[in-house]
Amino acid sequence: MSTENKNVTLPHQHGKKFKNDLIFLAVLLSVILVAGLGVLLFRGAGDSVTVTVDGKLWAEYPLNEDREIEIKTERGVNLLVIKDGKAEIVRASCPDGICSDHRPINRDGESIICLPNKVVVTVRATRGDAPDVIS
Amino acid sequence: MNKKSNVKRLTFLGLCATVALLLSYVEFLLPPLFVAVPGIKLGLPNLIIIFLLYRLGWRAAVTVSMIRLLISSILFGSAMTFAYSLAGAVLSLLVMGLLKKTDLFSMTVVSIAGGVSHNLGQILVAMLLLNTPQIVYYMIVLAVTGTISGCFIGLCGALLVKRVSIDRFN
Repeated sequence: MSTENKNVTLPHQHGKKFKNDLIFLAVLLSVILVAGLGVLLFRGAGDSVTVTVDGKLWAEYPLNEDREIEIKTERGVNLLVIKDGKAEIVRASCPDGICSDHRPINRDGESIICLPNKVVVTVRATRGDAPDVIS
Repeated sequence: MNKKSNVKRLTFLGLCATVALLLSYVEFLLPPLFVAVPGIKLGLPNLIIIFLLYRLGWRAAVTVSMIRLLISSILFGSAMTFAYSLAGAVLSLLVMGLLKKTDLFSMTVVSIAGGVSHNLGQILVAMLLLNTPQIVYYMIVLAVTGTISGCFIGLCGALLVKRVSIDRFN
């Protein structure tokens, strides 16, 4: 067991590995950037939401009609509200309330997930056509 | 001849596991940064893990990480959180071990890779358990926060490795 650590450099010492580090960070950040931009640019608005409970399809609703749905399961209750073309979980019986803090969703593929109740609300584009692209 | 050093090693690893466990408790007490995206954490226990990785090697780091995981899941978590943490810990230990072995990158970058792969492991398990591939979108946010916290842990870890003497435990 060696206690010598000559190959560990402190940040201000700019060791030999500094260049490799920069390359690694540049690659990592560009992957994140490309993925982020891809998600932002290529997701159009959806027109319906599907509700799945424990991975199974529970219900599907269009986004253009306002309504309130109580998602009652054996694990608890989530109140889903569809208003102005957006879906949102307003109230939930789960202790953390992460799903009810989530902002309203309307873009294709966006989802609100309630882990304790195993409820997932996902926006879909049922028309099947791609988001508007200049051709 | 080796017996004495084995006892010392065992004691030291036990001590490390305790400190890592304490750090998980401290992290458990901290309020979440973003309520909308769960999983954003500093990863304080990783400070001990990366310290061990550089000082006593991969096996010591794996041992302490697994002990820490088991006890903290029993104390503050559930079976679900155990599955998430286990996937994250295993993936990040593998990635950090391999990156360290290449000897190309500094400790900070090894730690960043560990942080991001920890989040990746959790996301993969969440996708499997919930049967919902859409969770992968969270990964973009988590990759950014994982990089930041990994950087912090890596810098602190480098200081620890440089400054903390463990001679009396050898």
